[in-house]
Amino acid sequence: MWERTQAQFAAALRDARLAAPASLVSERGAAADRFEVYRNSVIGGLIRALATRFPAVERLVGEEFFAAMAREFVLLRPPTSAVLLEYGEDFADFVAGFAPASELPYLADVARLEDARVRAYHAADIEPLSPLSLASVAPDRLAELTFEIHPSAFVLRSDHPMVTIWAMNAGEAEAAPLGHWDGEDALVTRPRMRVETHRLAPGGAAFLQRLAAGAQFGDAVRAAIAEEPTFDLSMALVEALTAGFFTAFGGDT
Amino acid sequence: MDEVVSTFSSRLPARAGVGFKPAHFDTILSGAPSVGFFEIHAENYMGDGGPPHRQLSRLRQDYPLSIHGVGLSIGSGEPIDRRHLERARILCDRYRPESFSEHLAWSTHGGVFFNDLLPLPYTRETLERAIEKIDEIQSCLGRQILLENPATYLSFMETEISEPEFLAEIADRSGCGLLLDVENIYVTATNKGFDAAAYLSRFAFAHVREIHLAGHFESCGASGEPFALDAHCAPVAEAVWALFAQALAQTGPVATLVEWDNETPEWAALAQEAQRAQSILDNASRRVA
Repeated sequence: MWERTQAQFAAALRDARLAAPASLVSERGAAADRFEVYRNSVIGGLIRALATRFPAVERLVGEEFFAAMAREFVLLRPPTSAVLLEYGEDFADFVAGFAPASELPYLADVARLEDARVRAYHAADIEPLSPLSLASVAPDRLAELTFEIHPSAFVLRSDHPMVTIWAMNAGEAEAAPLGHWDGEDALVTRPRMRVETHRLAPGGAAFLQRLAAGAQFGDAVRAAIAEEPTFDLSMALVEALTAGFFTAFGGDT
Repeated sequence: MDEVVSTFSSRLPARAGVGFKPAHFDTILSGAPSVGFFEIHAENYMGDGGPPHRQLSRLRQDYPLSIHGVGLSIGSGEPIDRRHLERARILCDRYRPESFSEHLAWSTHGGVFFNDLLPLPYTRETLERAIEKIDEIQSCLGRQILLENPATYLSFMETEISEPEFLAEIADRSGCGLLLDVENIYVTATNKGFDAAAYLSRFAFAHVREIHLAGHFESCGASGEPFALDAHCAPVAEAVWALFAQALAQTGPVATLVEWDNETPEWAALAQEAQRAQSILDNASRRVA
């Protein structure tokens, strides 16, 4: 009995065209108005949750546009878990296909970056590999090393200046005219309690993505050079180590 | 069940506590305020790690802790989400809170989480369902839980049991305690046009292990009728303080939380609300003595 009424209540919350259960009564005011209170609270609350998770996206498109875009997402892909800190992990994919936002082709990449930062924030706490630890590896064994990647680490690639646009809309950099419109790759990590966002030099993303996929060090370097002949290995390695990208390495014995 | 309840019943001190907000963490750490306990929302701490857990672990060293869930959907007609219950168990095992509480409401249906505390009819059927779920939760967590009376805006024709009676029977039969939210009583009474004090007088005070206070948003409905939204966005209203005093006269001093979840104020404003609750608790203690 209750299960059927509840199913009708739930369906009507998500679809304003559906009728609320006929057995709802309001002692004061119309039952339909009161049902609307619940509907607004549910939809509005989820839109606010997305705005909290994607503040730079909201800033880029404005509050009103964001709320309209988020409303469509909420209705199409409502949360499947009560753990709302995980809600919106597929919002960037939705933004990429959201036709009214197609004039901002970088918007989905900025959403991906913000999503990665939230995931990094809540990732497991593991001490990163010390930048000094590779010093003990014999140079002729280096090429065969493989690495464990930190649970907070994400490598993101973009055909747009994703990192610069994000930084200017997240209070991390002064808003200014963009000096270029080249693609930017990012490394997100949280080695300890602060989430870091690094703009990777050319070839850097290919290098880190190969290592994250379990490739040997030598193969990752080759992949990076194939993509970018001027790839600066020592700079990329120092950046990854200081950002806390690795937690452990193997294959040196 | 009796043994579980006596060993693991709620152990919050009979003092005023506040809802923990990360924005207050540094102020709390440097000022070491005299607060009876802190309460957190369970689901906000179900991530793997990071600053939320770092802060909570630190806070836990100095203060009693109450974990308050919104996701177990006790009022649902569907079975409990075992995966979510397991995450609640992991959280309780990690922090060993003095209390774990949930709501007489539903928030999940058909695999969708609605992020709201939704109403249910009070019938024999929903009563049995709620008791089954609470049994399952209490045996999984290995502790007594507290069940909170909801703020509602609507009723169901199916309802055949009054809310105070419904809560009392659940507590009697499942062994759970009750979390008396006087703010929710005020909001529901305003929206349904009944007398909050009369409702409160019928509450099962012997089962009350915690009280909640909060601020609401008051306006008018479409036809000019009074309307209150349980928004946790303002100081506690005078009418709610009066209900609090009325409740304490029945329960004696009991753990009391000031909730202020939205438009969070400076720590000082929240601490002032908690101080007022503490003074009323102190008066209640003197009367008991």
